[in-house]
Amino acid sequence: MKKAIVNTAECVACGVCAKTCPRQAITIFHGIYAHVNEDLCIGCKKCEKECPASVIQVVEKEVAS
Amino acid sequence: MKRWYDYLWIFSAAYMISGFFNILFAWVGLICFITPLLLSIMGKGKIYCNSYCGRGQLFELLGSRLKLSSNRNIPAFIRSKWFRYGFLAFFMIMFSIMIFSTYLVFNGTKNLEEAITLLWTIKLPWNWAYTGKVSPWIAQFAFGFYSVMLTSTILGMITMFFFKPRSWCVYCPMGTMTQAISILKYGRKMR
Ligand code: SF4
Ligand code: SF4
Ligand code: SF4
Repeated sequence: MKKAIVNTAECVACGVCAKTCPRQAITIFHGIYAHVNEDLCIGCKKCEKECPASVIQVVEKEVAS
Repeated sequence: MKRWYDYLWIFSAAYMISGFFNILFAWVGLICFITPLLLSIMGKGKIYCNSYCGRGQLFELLGSRLKLSSNRNIPAFIRSKWFRYGFLAFFMIMFSIMIFSTYLVFNGTKNLEEAITLLWTIKLPWNWAYTGKVSPWIAQFAFGFYSVMLTSTILGMITMFFFKPRSWCVYCPMGTMTQAISILKYGRKMR
């Protein structure tokens, strides 16, 4: 499964990804970083394309272990 | 679905234009400084950036809708902590200097300078936008504050053009400050 992951240490919490996500899978955790709800994410890469800081990436992930 | 706050870019655009006609409108811009800070102090995180910032929306609009952005990745150093906090520190120092010159005009040490300072260095005469009906210090602050707003708009336009539409938001001092306040408030809780 493809899922978006955030480099939380460098995320600027601008919220662009959350706005662009078609599944509303992203929330901004207390104004600190973006958090992806993997159950909702469909790996469409919209967030990756839009993130101004380029800190969110869609990667291949093992299904729930 | 569009909500009322999705149109705040109109306010931002109108604000930037108004400074060309009457510099005193610059004072209105304080809203864009006080609101985000208050919201994050109140524990709302970066909700201002996430929903209400007209400037962010404006860059989005120009970059994505009007396709003025080249959509390249921003150089990694710009999103680094030292650059973002360094730029914030620089911004605060320049802002304090601006407040100090307002004070000097207030106590009569300095005369009102009807000019805009772009990128902290280039002075442009701006006397057409001021008719001289208020105390000089009120006008001085307006010229200074509008200089800050115009400078950041220009920087934002440049990075919007070269990188992604909202690349200004990566190093915007307001965004850095509200994130810093949020970190102080909630700590950096890692998943
Ligand atoms: S768009 Fe990028 S920098 Fe902005 S909140 Fe999302 S992951 Fe973070
Ligand atoms: S990859 Fe698509 S669905 Fe997943 S978080 Fe990003 S925008 Fe949302
Ligand atoms: S980072 Fe700055 S320009 Fe971007 S949304 Fe926040 S306050 Fe507005």
